[in-house]
Amino acid sequence: MYVMVTSISTVEVALSVCSSSTEPRPVQLCVMLQCFKRSSLQQPASCQRTLSALDSLCGARKPYSEVIDVSWGDPHRAGVKPLSFVRQVLAACLYPELVNSNKLPVDVRQRAQRLLGQCAGGSIGSYTATAGIAEIVHRVSEFITRRDGGAPSHPENIFISAGSQWALQNILKVLVNSKSSPKTGVLTPVPCHCTTTLSIMGLGAVVIPYYLSEEQGWELQVEELDRALESAKGVCNPVALYVINPGNPSGHIQRRKSIQEVIRFVSEKKLFLLADEVYQGCVYGEKSEFISYKRVLAEMGPPLSDTVELASFHSASKGFMGECGMRGGYVELINLDPDVMKYIYKLFSKDSCAPVLGQIALDLMINPPQPGDPSYPLYNVETQNIRTMLVHNVKRAFEVVNSLPGFCCQPVEGGAFAFPRLHLPPKAIQKAKEVGLQPDTFYCIRLLEEAGVLISPGCEYGQKEGTHHIRFCIMTSEVMMEELLRRLTCFHTQFMKDFS
Amino acid sequence: MSQQTVNGVPSRGKVLTLDNMNPNVKRVEYAVRGPIVQRAVQIEKELKEGVKKPFSEVIKANIGDAHAMGQKPITFLRQVLALCSYPELLEDNKFPEDAKKRAKRILQACGGHSIGAYSASQGIECVRQDVARYIEKRDGGISSNPDNIYLSTGASDAIVTMLKLLVCGEGRDRTGVMISIPQYPLYSAALADLGAVQVSYYLDEDKCWSLDVAELRRSLNAARQHCNPRVLCIINPGNPTGQVQSRQCIEDVIRFAKEEHLFLMADEVYQDNVYAEGCKFHSFKKVLFEMGPEYSSTVEMASFHSTSKCYMGECGFRGGYMEIINMDPEVKAQLTKLVSVRLCPPVPGQALLDLVVNPPQPDEPSYTTFMKERTVVLADLAEKARLTEQIFNKVPGITCNPVQGAMYTFPRITLSQKAIDKAKEEGQVPDMFYCMKLLEEEGICLVPGSGFGQREGTFHFRMTILPPTEKLKVVLHKISEFHLRFTQEFS
Repeated sequence: MYVMVTSISTVEVALSVCSSSTEPRPVQLCVMLQCFKRSSLQQPASCQRTLSALDSLCGARKPYSEVIDVSWGDPHRAGVKPLSFVRQVLAACLYPELVNSNKLPVDVRQRAQRLLGQCAGGSIGSYTATAGIAEIVHRVSEFITRRDGGAPSHPENIFISAGSQWALQNILKVLVNSKSSPKTGVLTPVPCHCTTTLSIMGLGAVVIPYYLSEEQGWELQVEELDRALESAKGVCNPVALYVINPGNPSGHIQRRKSIQEVIRFVSEKKLFLLADEVYQGCVYGEKSEFISYKRVLAEMGPPLSDTVELASFHSASKGFMGECGMRGGYVELINLDPDVMKYIYKLFSKDSCAPVLGQIALDLMINPPQPGDPSYPLYNVETQNIRTMLVHNVKRAFEVVNSLPGFCCQPVEGGAFAFPRLHLPPKAIQKAKEVGLQPDTFYCIRLLEEAGVLISPGCEYGQKEGTHHIRFCIMTSEVMMEELLRRLTCFHTQFMKDFS
Repeated sequence: MSQQTVNGVPSRGKVLTLDNMNPNVKRVEYAVRGPIVQRAVQIEKELKEGVKKPFSEVIKANIGDAHAMGQKPITFLRQVLALCSYPELLEDNKFPEDAKKRAKRILQACGGHSIGAYSASQGIECVRQDVARYIEKRDGGISSNPDNIYLSTGASDAIVTMLKLLVCGEGRDRTGVMISIPQYPLYSAALADLGAVQVSYYLDEDKCWSLDVAELRRSLNAARQHCNPRVLCIINPGNPTGQVQSRQCIEDVIRFAKEEHLFLMADEVYQDNVYAEGCKFHSFKKVLFEMGPEYSSTVEMASFHSTSKCYMGECGFRGGYMEIINMDPEVKAQLTKLVSVRLCPPVPGQALLDLVVNPPQPDEPSYTTFMKERTVVLADLAEKARLTEQIFNKVPGITCNPVQGAMYTFPRITLSQKAIDKAKEEGQVPDMFYCMKLLEEEGICLVPGSGFGQREGTFHFRMTILPPTEKLKVVLHKISEFHLRFTQEFS
């Protein structure tokens, strides 16, 4: 008998899809479909359905030759190219012979040499210090200070980890007492990406949902935090508030005033603040600006700036670099009890260290080429192109989706996703019920089967009862976005007709 | 963020305190990166600042990190990875064709043909297929299903994941996990973190650290009084002890696991590191299947491997895998869910693993260089293992078992009562006191035996055999001289 740890099921199916040409051309596809149901009763049945829906694609004649997978926040998978500078430095670190090759720009070679010099034995194959290569950790703290208008950041408060979620799990581990009665509770937004909620539940804690305000562009309203906290009375022991800014899946960027309200709230209610800021590099709205929780906290001055306990998370997986596979992230811990910090160190130490390439990816993200550097022109062109492309994608997605009857999409100010609301006709909802699926899951499976587009249903993230949403990644190549929108439009129009 | 707070003067009224933090975390210790290493790092800083010491560098013989000690990466591996990282290099004819072929294949299997894309949580499918084929080849044809292979962020990640899956229950029903004394402290740390019960079984120092089933039985029966023992962990070749289990022993362990209904966890990360005459690595899986269907269809097991050790020493990549055998399909579904929370293991580590299980073949251009490099690394280690045993055994008061495999020596040191008393005065356990003194006087960083577990009243240290041979000789002599001085001082 084993522990039922989580209620997520991840299904990986390899499909071969025949194109519409006369000769069947099997195309290998790997499709990852995450079915997350808050009700564990429905889940096994729905996953079976999903599996069989995917199975039914095998050998079938389809009007598409490949599946567009925008269910992940994974820019490279969706056609965005890696940055040349980043990959050149990584290659030279991997194979130091390249440091002497004049095939690579001189600043690339110098950077690689410098980084190798900071690795034990001059090799990225060595373990590093627990919190990360000291010089990189130092540079992370300098980056934070620069970003936050001078607010000091101290290297000893920073831990680099194999992705930001790894660090988040370690911090949650310290916060959550799985044996306590009542259980530990963590305030978590609705909607929220599932990895965090699963981590919380997996540790034996309870998610206390607070609803973001869809009509106000997915704003966080402090009155709602009050209500959520109140609802936890007698049910669990709330210890922390988790916020994600820019939002996933919401795409909302918090205003300074809202951040201040949250800080005051956690201070008053004696909660630990977990600020997931991995999408800080993805800001699209013309008037949008990312301000870090740390910066706002520092600007609010004492006593708040000296007392509010905060963990901020960042990552090399998002932003224009999109190096998800490298697994590089970090946490900065503010105002923690020094004795507790010693235990946090031990917890990280048993994981040895973060992957060295991930640490280097982080370093390159926060210290890109500067004007005057040989790599700068190309770096600048590449990042500008990506920025232009993403701003364009967001505009197109917003336009197209909002032009379709039954869809309503809030502005995507930042982040990697669009999360439009889907008003499904009653017949569709009925049909979904008949086949034992959540209505938005039903929509997504149909979209996959008929149009070869893989997105995720809103029920995976949580949503107000009776509402439905879909989530898709907007960090894609332009070509992919156009094709995605074309197929979505076509499918949606037909779907709404079929179920009218 | 006032300076006062930052410098660690505790403010009153913290939200997260020692009292309300997760009590399990307070029990986590990981000696390999513990206080002695922190002091070593501090000393390095002092040396950099120009502080005068009786030595010019700190030798970190505390951690199984081959590259840190000067071992060179294997050329072929790094070439393929560089090609994967920056595919423009595929046009460069300085790279051999077989490296290019492998890089192309790996990139094909990645989302958007980039190693920067997430992979499936269980790991890239073609890598898992290659791992399965490697296992089949290694185990004389016994089949391996890629579906039972889970790639991980180092073997440690997979070990912790399995333990998470296995630990449950309350009070007397709480899962007990059997692990050797001495053990690699990841196990004790993970068990503390999970609030599981550690069930210790002693390896026999007098018999070359061998494992005796009678001792397993003793430990199990005692444990049944207060917990529900369900797991048996074996590290083979051993860490810190280096012993390589005989085939007979492995069979006995498997039989025991079946009789007592235990889940076997076979940590085999040092499987290529076997040096002693007459010693051979036998994989638990192979032996299990050779014992026939009565065992091979019932005993539940997980075997672990890594890219950090053997001849590669690529610790920084955090590459590894586990193969699970005979796991209940419903539990396997849970396992698949559990690994999804970490998203995916580092893709470069997965790519590296693919090359390790898919090395250059005799007809390929990189073969000669690859084999040469691999052979040199392993031969060097074998020589250093022999040298270490030889030199340490010459010192009165140091007894060293043969280093049959892995990367460490775990000699026993005799400490006088005076020394033990002095340690107590200093508030340290005796072998920590010894190792700290060695660090301060000679700049050599070892890990005290207390960090791994040892029989009451005995003392040890763990030292890696990784420094280059000439340096190792110097280190061995320095420690020998220190030991004599120490013995003299506390006689």
